[in-house]
Amino acid sequence: MDNRPLISVEGLARRFGDSGQPAVFEDIWFGIDKGEFCCLIGHSGCGKTTILNVLAGLDSPSDGAVIVDNREIDGPSLDRAVIFQGHALLPWLSVMGNIAFAVSSRWPTWDRAKVQEHARRFIELVGLKGAENKRPAQLSGGMKQRVGIARALSIQPKMLLMDEPFSALDALTRGMLQDEVLRICADTQQTVFMITHDVDEAILLADKIVLMTNGPGAKIAEIVVNTMPRNERHRNDLHRHPQYYAIRNHLVEFLVNRSRAFDKEIAGVAYDPRRLKLVKPGLSAVNPPAEVVPLRHTH
Amino acid sequence: MATLKNSLGLRASLLSLLIFAAILGLWQIATMPTAATGPAVDPEYAKLVGNAAATGTKSSMPTPADIAVTIWGHLTDPFYVRGSNDKGIGIQLAYSLGRVLLGFGLAALVAVPLGFLIGMSPLVYRALDPFIQILKPVSPLAWMPLALYTIKDSAISSIFVIFICSVWPMLINTAFGVASVRKEWLNVARTLEVGPFRTAFKVILPAAAPTIMTGMRISIGIAWLVIVAAEMLVGGTGIGYFVWNEWNNLSIANIVTAILLIGLVGLALDQGLARITKLVTYPE
Repeated sequence: MDNRPLISVEGLARRFGDSGQPAVFEDIWFGIDKGEFCCLIGHSGCGKTTILNVLAGLDSPSDGAVIVDNREIDGPSLDRAVIFQGHALLPWLSVMGNIAFAVSSRWPTWDRAKVQEHARRFIELVGLKGAENKRPAQLSGGMKQRVGIARALSIQPKMLLMDEPFSALDALTRGMLQDEVLRICADTQQTVFMITHDVDEAILLADKIVLMTNGPGAKIAEIVVNTMPRNERHRNDLHRHPQYYAIRNHLVEFLVNRSRAFDKEIAGVAYDPRRLKLVKPGLSAVNPPAEVVPLRHTH
Repeated sequence: MATLKNSLGLRASLLSLLIFAAILGLWQIATMPTAATGPAVDPEYAKLVGNAAATGTKSSMPTPADIAVTIWGHLTDPFYVRGSNDKGIGIQLAYSLGRVLLGFGLAALVAVPLGFLIGMSPLVYRALDPFIQILKPVSPLAWMPLALYTIKDSAISSIFVIFICSVWPMLINTAFGVASVRKEWLNVARTLEVGPFRTAFKVILPAAAPTIMTGMRISIGIAWLVIVAAEMLVGGTGIGYFVWNEWNNLSIANIVTAILLIGLVGLALDQGLARITKLVTYPE
């Protein structure tokens, strides 16, 4: 148990209702290293959000545990900041008020001026300078999510948890925010766990992509290592990278076909949920394949 | 758009004035002195109201002009005291307002914290629900004898009646507002490790404030309705007592004045709370 990653998910399972009910997911094992950007991909209903909530400490598992820094988590913590899908800003507070609320929760002894100065730094970081006194209702969807990101970063957590943070945004705004998250995470060397069902988003942002099969009884199929180095991942020419289509096709193939029939796939084959296969589809393809699996909506 | 809106407002005001004038006109015609047509009035009634009605030359129903004179009289000297049964209308209104604000304030002190508790705890909600459901529809005046018997003070009893009628809307609205605070806002507080008291004051209270204020607005409206009836019962002071006293004096002009003033004060109370509600309302 010495070389545990920063976050270690160990044997997680979650059942709802009576104990006779089948688990939404079970025997989930994976780890996230410090500074790593990890994406979880899977269909709706496989329990992705529940896993994130367990990591956040908002939900408790029926079985198993999450170990962070060699301690089992038993509740929410300021060390793990959450960026919510629906931004979850407090509508009666201004942008400054929302972030100051988080900052003064983190450092209760700070005086007002210090809290505001700290908050202002993070408002500027996400490019919202000048909007400090606006209420969330006066902001666009993208700006609201920026406030959510600034709020999460302002408490300087050990890791960021993001639940489909960009899914409610239009494509243009989503792209801009993805770039910004990429930049901020590189600057701050943040450890990130993010849920998404957008394959391209995962390839752009993640170092490691955890593939989850369909529920009930969902499990982790395998872990895809994004072999494209961070400094070669740019949204505008991602599709020109020699590894891109290989990784993308692998992910789409999983979501379209394998996620449904994974039980058949592992029948008779050695499958150990504790020692998952690390696949590197990007390295197997020097030349991009001619045929591209069309991306369908997965939710 | 602006001009259309303005002209609509202007037209509505004109129509209001027209209706007002029509009412005054009809009133004037209806109360004009008529020629004597013999003892058309019931002799019992004539004995009661005196010569004016008995002779039939002048209705005891005042004309709009009489009312105006009475109102002017009250407004120029609202705070006189000439003995315990003859106090200015301003003083009577102040007594009633004081009782309403006191009863309402006490009710708020009880209803808001209790509503918080009910809203946060499904157990307490279920435990208290039968009591609330049974007591809520009881007319507050039904409590009056019980209050008089136990408290043995008519002034405090009327405050108690105001308390009991104000408490329900505030209690129910607070509980509802607190129970329907969005889960994600509470989750924000939880992930920031905000303590229960800070969560209550910084998240739940502002989130539920518009609903709580709506409850308060309903409460103060009911309280202002009830105080008139309560003061008619307990007597002594207050605008309700004034109305009843003037009925005994058969001074219709004074009663009409009181009705107008009760309406205006009720409007002011409602608008005051509406103003506060607007302050705590947040757009989503």
